[in-house]
Amino acid sequence: MEQLIQQIASGLANGAIYACLALALVMIFVSTDHINFAQGEMAMFSAYLVWQLLEWGMSFWLALPIVALVSFLIGVSVERVILRPLHDAPILSVVVVFIGLLAIFHSLAGAIWGHTIKAIASPFPNVAFAGSGYIGPHQIGMIAVTILLLAALFAFFRFTPLGLAMRAAAQSPVSARLAGIRVDWMLALGWGLAAAIGAVAGALVAPAVYLEPNMMASILLYGFAGALVGGISSPGGAVAGGFIVGVLENLIAYFGNLLEKTTGVYIVGNGEKLTVALVIVITVLTLKPSGLFGHVTVKRV
Amino acid sequence: MGVLLEAQGLEAYYGQTQALHGVSFSLEQGGITTLLGANGAGKTTTLRAICNMVRTQGTIKLDGEPITGLATEEVVRRGVGHVPEGRGTFVNLSVDENLRAAAYTRSDKAAIQRDREMVYEYFPILKQRLTQQAGTLSGGEQQMLAISRALMLAPRLMLFDEPSFGLAPLIVQEIFRIMRRINAEAKVSMLLVEQNAALALELADHAYVLETGRVVMSGKASEVKSDESIRKSYLGY
Repeated sequence: MEQLIQQIASGLANGAIYACLALALVMIFVSTDHINFAQGEMAMFSAYLVWQLLEWGMSFWLALPIVALVSFLIGVSVERVILRPLHDAPILSVVVVFIGLLAIFHSLAGAIWGHTIKAIASPFPNVAFAGSGYIGPHQIGMIAVTILLLAALFAFFRFTPLGLAMRAAAQSPVSARLAGIRVDWMLALGWGLAAAIGAVAGALVAPAVYLEPNMMASILLYGFAGALVGGISSPGGAVAGGFIVGVLENLIAYFGNLLEKTTGVYIVGNGEKLTVALVIVITVLTLKPSGLFGHVTVKRV
Repeated sequence: MGVLLEAQGLEAYYGQTQALHGVSFSLEQGGITTLLGANGAGKTTTLRAICNMVRTQGTIKLDGEPITGLATEEVVRRGVGHVPEGRGTFVNLSVDENLRAAAYTRSDKAAIQRDREMVYEYFPILKQRLTQQAGTLSGGEQQMLAISRALMLAPRLMLFDEPSFGLAPLIVQEIFRIMRRINAEAKVSMLLVEQNAALALELADHAYVLETGRVVMSGKASEVKSDESIRKSYLGY
């Protein structure tokens, strides 16, 4: 039982990171209909930036907002400089550009910081607390920071005029222009926000998985799965999907191991986590193509 | 009365297809002008050309300042409220959010609030629908929201694209009555595209008749109304 709770707790912690990446993917998807395959590598690059600032003696909690801001600017520039000219390009050209970006951020990180594994110390104090047998301080911290970030984003989109303008631009660019909203800038802002969210995810996950250029590859896959399960058109759904995928992968391994221990039959274990998680994603999408929380737009004419 | 908007030799293209062949017209300050013509004559395209929503050549001046080539949102920011075909509301946002998004470019909170009150006075039903998703409104209510959305920009000029489209006759009458009030009370000039020529000529003081992307006739609404060929082609008696 204790082990089960532990697995769920660590699943939630991983899920927090998947949720961040899923949200970053959705943020770009809802306004452009594109999936940014480079989202994970951009987050990895941001994690390296955090590491660099830590090396220079900065504290984590100062480095994180600085890197989030720098990542925001990188995201905005990528949209303005690289993707803007491709505005009317066929979808495949855009996909090629995303793959190119992925390769660029990947090799850039390797070239600047090398391919050897680096460690980032957890910014959360390693203290004992009620329930610390079930979940580590870093995992709690990851969940807490993610929830704060999500709450802040929710408030931004729900209550500020700029957030409303971004939603309006994502929903109907033509109508948004007719309301005087500068849609192109809203897209760039969306890219910036996505990059900043990815930066937070990267910086939070780095102490847990170690820093190296490939660190985000499987995490992005999980984030993508989370976004699809929750509904790629729904930010709230993507976040929920991220948590669901995180818990699910641990439960699969837990019950697989349990089965092996009690009956001696090995069906799934830690090695098959990703596979089974993706099978579940495919199942969900087959039964419910718009995802669990994806909305079907109500429209009357 | 001065000229608010002047268009000279407008040509518009959808891809390779030319939809306007040198259309010229001018709109008077405070007036209501209507564009008449059959389907495909270029009425909607003319409205789109003003807001640069279609590839356009020629010159357009708003209050003497050229606006040709400006992005749609910049034309809008100069006071052009476009109520497009298909209404141009945000169907997934609530009525309240639609109105807030519409006032996004303005910063004077008191003036925005005054315009809110004005909108509620014209369309009291919207005040009861504030939290409702715009896509779930009835057709008439959506058209009212679309007009309100344009009004919240505090426009100098409003462009209407078929405001009667798909609506019950009683609702159409009410909407046209309110359009007249907006013109008189809020001092907004209007350019109206309308299939229902009789209705349009009743509201408008000037009219242009388009045929296959060219102006074939223009003048005071009363003169156009009494023209023999117009009566036969567009008014049907």
